[in-house]
Amino acid sequence: MIPLSWSLILSALVFGIGLIGVLVRRNALIIFMSIELMLNSANLVFVAFARAMNSIDGQVFVFFVMTVAAAEVAVGLAIIVNLFRLRETVFVDEINLLKN
Amino acid sequence: MTPYLFIGFAALLVTSSLLVILHRNPVTSALFLVLAFCSLAGIYLLLQAEFVGMVQIIVYAGAIMVLFLFVIMYLNLSHDIESGVQIALRRGTGWLVGAVVVAEGLALVGRHWFPGPFLEAIPGPRVGNTQQIGQALYTRYLFPFEITSMLLLVAMVGLIVIAKGRTAPPAAGDSGGPR
Amino acid sequence: MAALLENPDLQLAFWAIVKVLVILHAMLGIVSYMIFAERKVAGHMQARTGPNRVGPFGLFQPIADVGKLFFKEEFIPADASKVIFHIAPMLAVIPALVTFVIVPFGPGDAFVGTDLNVGLLLFFAMSSLGVYAITLGGWASNNKYALLGGLRSSAQMISYELAMGLSTIGVLLIAGSLSMVQIVHSQARLMHLGPLAVPAWNIFFQPLAFAIFMITAFAETNRAPFDLPEAEGELVAGFHTEYSSMKFGLFFLGEYMNVISISCIAVTLFLGGWNGPGPQSLGLLWFVLKLGALLFFFIWVRWTFPRLRYDQLMNFGWKVLLPLSLGNVVLTALVVYFTGGRP
Repeated sequence: MIPLSWSLILSALVFGIGLIGVLVRRNALIIFMSIELMLNSANLVFVAFARAMNSIDGQVFVFFVMTVAAAEVAVGLAIIVNLFRLRETVFVDEINLLKN
Repeated sequence: MTPYLFIGFAALLVTSSLLVILHRNPVTSALFLVLAFCSLAGIYLLLQAEFVGMVQIIVYAGAIMVLFLFVIMYLNLSHDIESGVQIALRRGTGWLVGAVVVAEGLALVGRHWFPGPFLEAIPGPRVGNTQQIGQALYTRYLFPFEITSMLLLVAMVGLIVIAKGRTAPPAAGDSGGPR
Repeated sequence: MAALLENPDLQLAFWAIVKVLVILHAMLGIVSYMIFAERKVAGHMQARTGPNRVGPFGLFQPIADVGKLFFKEEFIPADASKVIFHIAPMLAVIPALVTFVIVPFGPGDAFVGTDLNVGLLLFFAMSSLGVYAITLGGWASNNKYALLGGLRSSAQMISYELAMGLSTIGVLLIAGSLSMVQIVHSQARLMHLGPLAVPAWNIFFQPLAFAIFMITAFAETNRAPFDLPEAEGELVAGFHTEYSSMKFGLFFLGEYMNVISISCIAVTLFLGGWNGPGPQSLGLLWFVLKLGALLFFFIWVRWTFPRLRYDQLMNFGWKVLLPLSLGNVVLTALVVYFTGGRP
């Protein structure tokens, strides 16, 4: 049987990878994907605790997180496409309109 | 049997999510993210969350990632060019901060290393997982559920507004013109 | 040795492998003869005989076709992304094959791969993964026609998946379960309409849902009249322009596998699965008969209707099918609520 700590360790690893992705990469799309990874690691914790505590609430929360993620991705990608139309780039450090 | 499957899926998840952030080609990154989501769905199945596992594949792999791929193909992105002292500095900082956070998380978990509660099969009648989620969703969580639908509606309206674009040329003026 | 034989894990694995092999080979056989049937039916619909040279009545034609595909030259475009170019055809076949695991071909555990309690969701998960094959195949070829075909197909499949999912909700409401075996069992009884005894198949309660499901099935499998991703008149065969030899063969196989798996799901959801007159042991026969009828329907439609225009396709999906299936869900929910389950 699977100990709860395995899921928590796995989730910590995935969250860390997502965080590194956000900090290291400059491509807005990859940053977005890393955010998705972090959201999913949170989902994993929800599911693992739902299993450990024998309650369904955790899975219901995962459902909500997924809905929010779907809405967020749709809007975010639309913003990135519009940015690309305006600035011809998706690298976040080249998007510095407010500086000038 | 189950622990080995868990370890296999976990290894797949960690490897593919590492490749998501390490690979230079955005399309390959997106495909590895699909793989990561699919292995996460496998882990959900092992944790007896069948509904969530399937919805994970349908929503993330089937809808969200296709949208990502669509945008990447539409923008026709080439490989990242990442060089220079400034970028190297930032990358180093990023890895350092990430490693610290991972170590912190592992240390927190490590406090209760193996004596954590084991996720064993729960005795007693088990109603279908979908039925339980439905019941919780439409009774206790009815209000958040309705709010979520509002959120989706707002997102949809916002999307249409963004996608239509402005009719007047933008202030930056480099690639303006009516769209 | 005896202890090893009685190990439940090993027994499970053994039966799983047996089922996989049987289903795989049966489906490969059905696919090759469906292609043959398609050519024959097309021939007769166009007042010619179709293939009749290889073997009696041309029955060995599929073998000749496959042999030809195997021995063709394999061509990879110079600017293609090599790895993705190789992976895409595999992705076309695998999800279609996985779908068969939940289809109950007959009564009893021996005839169903596994009775998942989220069976129908597995079908939707796999059909949503099927999008990748075509999108990636089109993108990796580095050819503008292939890319156009891939983009068209991803937009088309995502749009029609919604209507397809909503059209099955009525069935779920009646059966009260996502498990395919439960759905078949819920259609087992007979209804007495005066002197007539009609089987309680979902097609009689949900005719609109069945129609929507079939229309979206054509779109999901990229069959005519929705075969825009591979419209040979405008896109030079669309996403598989650059594919040759067995890679093209895999795309071809995947398309027909998809047709068969979606027909299996339609039989299970709407046509009562293996239910039919006579003893239960005839279940497999009834299933195959119904499946054959649906496959003929697919072929019939392909050689009857012209292809839609792209804007017509999108308008039809979003402005007609989606509202209709939503209305069907509301109506079914009201009826189920007021009659307490059984309509």
